[in-house]
Amino acid sequence: MARVQGKVAFITGAARGQGRSHAVRLAQEGADIIGIDICEAIPENQYPPATEEDLQETVRQVEALDRRIIAEKADVRDFEQLKAVVDRGVAELGRLDIVCANAGIAGRFNRSEDIPDDEWANMLDINLSGVWRTCKAAIPHLKAGGRGGSIILTSSDAGLFAYENISHYVSAKHGMVGLMRTLALELAPDMIRVNSIHPTTVDTPMVNNEAVFKLFRPDLEHPTVDDFAEAATAMNALPIPWVEAVDISNAVLFLASDEARYITGVPLPVDAGAAVK
Amino acid sequence: MGRLDGKVAFVTGAARGQGRSHAVRMAEEGADIIAVDVAKQLPTVEYEMANPDDLAETMRQVEALDRRIVAREADVRDYAALKSVLDEGVAELGRLDIVAANAGIFTQGRADELSEESWNEMIGVNLTGVWHTAKAAIPHLKAGGNGGSIIITSSTAGLKGYENFAHYVSAKHGVVGLMRTLALELAPDMIRVNSVHPTGVDTPMIQNEMLYGLFAPDLEPDERTREALGERFKALNALPIPWVEPVDISNAVLWLASDESRYVTGVTLPVDAGATTK
Repeated sequence: MARVQGKVAFITGAARGQGRSHAVRLAQEGADIIGIDICEAIPENQYPPATEEDLQETVRQVEALDRRIIAEKADVRDFEQLKAVVDRGVAELGRLDIVCANAGIAGRFNRSEDIPDDEWANMLDINLSGVWRTCKAAIPHLKAGGRGGSIILTSSDAGLFAYENISHYVSAKHGMVGLMRTLALELAPDMIRVNSIHPTTVDTPMVNNEAVFKLFRPDLEHPTVDDFAEAATAMNALPIPWVEAVDISNAVLFLASDEARYITGVPLPVDAGAAVK
Repeated sequence: MGRLDGKVAFVTGAARGQGRSHAVRMAEEGADIIAVDVAKQLPTVEYEMANPDDLAETMRQVEALDRRIVAREADVRDYAALKSVLDEGVAELGRLDIVAANAGIFTQGRADELSEESWNEMIGVNLTGVWHTAKAAIPHLKAGGNGGSIIITSSTAGLKGYENFAHYVSAKHGVVGLMRTLALELAPDMIRVNSVHPTGVDTPMIQNEMLYGLFAPDLEPDERTREALGERFKALNALPIPWVEPVDISNAVLWLASDESRYVTGVTLPVDAGATTK
């Protein structure tokens, strides 16, 4: 019995990485998908942007599972764009049950006083305000269904703890926890559950690049992926450098399903024990 | 394909309530079970505790799913007895993968009025008993070389303070510290350790006169019905429900026991209808 059979999930940042993984995992368990991605470069990001081809690949993988998917290019900084996609998606797929607010950037790494004004603003606009807008667009549809629902926000261990050189990212990811808790209280009467997931390092393009290697190994001029893995492992309790995107997706699936029907307001680390180290 | 196919789970407090539910839910997903329960009345506990017939019923339900179960009476405060049951169970079932440290009691008293006996019995069962359970299980988990998953049943009272049961709150907070330390100590062996934190669960531990009196002291005894108490419990939760079902805790235990949560460790997981967010 598929665990989210007949449900519809709205996923932001669905072109690749964790977002694509969530789309595929939920589709494997019977859900149809509404997916968006900006599919454009963000100047301060130190890794290649997702493309429209990436988003098409997500579409291909979901359709190969015999599930339906509406996928469009959209920017979580633009509420009208988001709303238009969700409205169109729900009109075509018939309902909305699950929201994965996953879209996010890593930006550039700097001491707090050296972060340029526009980079601070853009980080908050995407990683925090974009999450709020995602929920804002989705909530009327969840309420209209009268069946409750499940909103899952992708935060980070940086949403629970402080890390140097990324204070804008840390602030946005922390802010998301406050938003999650408030939404959990506001939407409880409608049986709409809201939780956040806090990954440690996840093996995706956001992490697998030289800027991140240097962030983790400031002692080396040209750190390799193995140098990075050494430092990444030291952050975790379990002896692994990173988790796979599917590990986050399995947590998303659990929270999206009726097995978690009474779980709300919870920050859930999927972090190889980094939070207790 | 069950989510726990081929695995063996050790469940304490398995005679009824949440413990029986965990045994059955995990058996539904393919696990064999080692089950213990004290299965008798403890002196400081005011509600009727499980008995040997209850444990036998758990056995029957697991076997009806075509799974094997070794079930014995044992008090989690008695380390030697616990170890003996677990050693016997592992010898018979061949391995150990999962531990659900669920056995617990609930009693009441203001902090300055609790008796020594009441305090000691609570800490003995709800905290020391959990340590004993882990201590007995760890050698078997390590011997398997396959990692493992320990799930400790705490409570919303393990995250927040509540009046009238300081010993219960202390023990339930204490197991969080134990969980975090175990998570660090066992990480090199890929043995994961997490805690679940239920709000009120619809079992005999809450559906009894003592607890009704505690949560609705202003009502006359004959007004303290299940429905009236349901309204009081609902006020503690964010979702508009009075309590969760044992299966809701079991579904969280199942997820934490399975490979889907293979890298989740050191986590406090509330299954609490938003009570700790309120």
